[in-house]
Amino acid sequence: MVGYNGKASILRELCAEMTPEIEKIRSNNKLAQDLRSIVGADAVITEEEALRPFECDGLTAYRELPLMVVLPATIEEVQRIMKACSENSVPVVTRGAGTGLSGGALPLPDGVLLSLTRMSKILEINAPAKTARVQPGVRNLAISEAVRHLGLYYAPDPSSQIACSIGGNVAENSGGVHCLKYGLTVHNILQLQVVTVNGELLTVGGEGLDSPGYDLLALMTGSEGMLGVVVEVLVKLLPIPPSAQVVMASFDDIERAGQSVAAIIGAGILPAGLEMMDRYAIQAAEDFVHAGYPVDAAAILLCELDGTLEEVRDQIDKVERILRDQGAVDTWVARDEQARQRFWSGRKAAFPAVGRISPDYYCIDGTIPRRELGKVLIKINELSNQYNLRVANVFHAGDGNLHPLILYDANKPGELEQTEELGNRILELCVEVGGTVTGEHGVGVEKLRPMCLQFEDAVLDHFHAVKAAWDPETLLNPGKAVPTLARCAEFNSMHVHGGNLPFSNLERF
Amino acid sequence: MEATCHSAIWRDSELTCADETGQLVEAIQFAHGNSQPLRIRGSGSKFFFGHSIVGTVLDVSKHAGILSYEPSELVLTARAGTKLSEITKALSESEQMLGFEPPFFGKNATLGGTIACGFSGPRRPFSGSARDFVLGVKCINGKGQFLAFGGQVIKNVAGYDVSRLMVGALGSLGVLCEISLKVLPKFELEVTRIREMDEIGACKEMVRLAGFSLPISAMSYYQGLLRVRLSGTENGILAAQAVVGGEVDNSGEEYWLQLREQQLRYFNRNQPLWRLSVPATTPRLPFADDCLIDWGGALRWVYTDQPADSVFMAAKQAGGHATMFRPDTHWPTDRFSQLSDPVAGIHARLKSAFDPAGILNPGIMYADV
Repeated sequence: MVGYNGKASILRELCAEMTPEIEKIRSNNKLAQDLRSIVGADAVITEEEALRPFECDGLTAYRELPLMVVLPATIEEVQRIMKACSENSVPVVTRGAGTGLSGGALPLPDGVLLSLTRMSKILEINAPAKTARVQPGVRNLAISEAVRHLGLYYAPDPSSQIACSIGGNVAENSGGVHCLKYGLTVHNILQLQVVTVNGELLTVGGEGLDSPGYDLLALMTGSEGMLGVVVEVLVKLLPIPPSAQVVMASFDDIERAGQSVAAIIGAGILPAGLEMMDRYAIQAAEDFVHAGYPVDAAAILLCELDGTLEEVRDQIDKVERILRDQGAVDTWVARDEQARQRFWSGRKAAFPAVGRISPDYYCIDGTIPRRELGKVLIKINELSNQYNLRVANVFHAGDGNLHPLILYDANKPGELEQTEELGNRILELCVEVGGTVTGEHGVGVEKLRPMCLQFEDAVLDHFHAVKAAWDPETLLNPGKAVPTLARCAEFNSMHVHGGNLPFSNLERF
Repeated sequence: MEATCHSAIWRDSELTCADETGQLVEAIQFAHGNSQPLRIRGSGSKFFFGHSIVGTVLDVSKHAGILSYEPSELVLTARAGTKLSEITKALSESEQMLGFEPPFFGKNATLGGTIACGFSGPRRPFSGSARDFVLGVKCINGKGQFLAFGGQVIKNVAGYDVSRLMVGALGSLGVLCEISLKVLPKFELEVTRIREMDEIGACKEMVRLAGFSLPISAMSYYQGLLRVRLSGTENGILAAQAVVGGEVDNSGEEYWLQLREQQLRYFNRNQPLWRLSVPATTPRLPFADDCLIDWGGALRWVYTDQPADSVFMAAKQAGGHATMFRPDTHWPTDRFSQLSDPVAGIHARLKSAFDPAGILNPGIMYADV
């Protein structure tokens, strides 16, 4: 399981901030009655036992029981629910499959949790247009499975694709192993039906490749449920490439592995996937799935190429040559599909593999300019020693998205707090080298503090103004994704090290 | 006229002090304080686009220069006034390119104008649009605040995607100062195949070909000829040519350039030019007797005598939208498809959040935007 167990210190602050008058609101049976009249009695949950499964998403350190859970089955029901909630000024948190890693779907004690799992139909597949119209609760992988017989697939493949929903993918702008070549969710959707906070239905985007006015499709994508409720998605499908091939290379020096990535891309090759693991991650993965990884290597690189048979053949030799020239100790080309799957099995199992060697682990999600990789890894290693916590590194090397996994034991007093602090130090480091505090997992509740480091007040102000343009009363997922200026002021005042402002040498605009 | 900008030169109601960010900020703060509408201008190569508006010209063409370019990172950052030609030249030297193949519409075309208009060329359906490649922008809002959105990394989900919101906003939300783009490696080889075909057949054939995993990078139909551009490795193209059929078009490269720049003879007419962005599967449009098709069917350039409302309606019925792309001087009506009321409301509120005094290109897209 990704995420970490136990209660985090930030959670306590967050709850205090919500100033819940829970009892008063829970007794608001009027709203529950209204919602039952919309969706039926069995689709409104108010009993504590039944609410329990909804208390957290994939970030299990943060838990909260919602006021109630509503499970609409149609767009019209969502509209009526939103209207009822906004008329009563009750906040609404939208939830898809609950696999998010940043607490974006964490319920609010005084709010309704709008679960879209019943809206899970694929409405229309248009093979000539290469599109599928789907409800938000459809699982990511279910789309590709439903169109496979047509030779098509939906490209973004987050590691949770077996479970995560397309609505959640839109909310988080999910990527996946193949996003360097095929893009993120924002590049693979055409149109959204969105229900606004007061129950209006909007169409954003179009069936063509662009739409008039501002690009609200891009704005909605990755907006973490703060602007509207996505109730239908028109996704782009791609023809399945007839060929995919992978090369694995081992290195005795992690920086050299990083330089190889630059060399491959510099040579004009755009791999479908380009992944790196450090020694710790390699060993954990190899112990777990026996992928045939060289356990004594400092780093391995997996480079996948896809396309027509001829294109892949042309490029695979070139990549192998580059890797050797860059000083790879060894290279292996997967000679058949079975070998290809085996090479990937270790990478795909990296998180659970690390989970096996440690009672708990905490996954960080920073992005850095790739050229800074060596420097960042050295610094992470220093921090790891300083905090006496082990860190395994898994890296989407092609797009600079680094996932250090901090290994800890929640049962050891103080270790969780230490882990959180180390995580924040790593994210600071990402910002310092010109990167970002979240590459693909979103801000949610988890990264509100690092957001204060990355953005100056005027920009945060504009984020709040963007939200207000959609949700003037701040009822949609309030308190998530963008920290208040007051919160940042408080945080930054605590964050002074030895009298120095953080990054006083950084331009902050 | 007085300006707070130190080295301001007001010349015929044109403000040309803008080679430094600070000066642009001051100029916009001054305009904001005086509720002075501004017309943002790079090289002026795309002034034909959008509604004609009144305002003091804010010239940003001197705010120029490539700030960083790391070929191995696939990321380039440049000031908005940088000429597109300078950028494509720098990219070419490292065998890279802008993936959205933007039209210039003038040799001095700037990056800022290109991104503000959100124009993308023939490669768009196959590798992405202008907004797809924008990673971050630094801009000045209508109050004169300098703001940085997004960043210089490919994957970034911190905060709302305001950088992409700026693409195609025609400067109405902010004056672009710096733009970071993802760039792509050039292909080893490009070959254009050409086939004789009627329009109905070509529409079907483009949709059919797009259903295969082939290294296609452009498909267009014009005057009885279907052209398909293949980009990739030598053997990849050799194999794909067999599927695509037709013959090699030796003037292919020139064709795509002229299509992109609207220099084909088709575009020579002294008549308003419509742009219809529709699903690629849209059959032949009823009123489009003479239609040039790009984007594998998803973009239709049309000259027609039909009233504007009929064109807007036809595009809407097809699931897309229409734009009066190059109007004549007295174009009487809207240039963009109407927005639904709730979507128009969001536009108005976004506009007032970024530009409360309504001084940045006011009315360039819609009455209140």
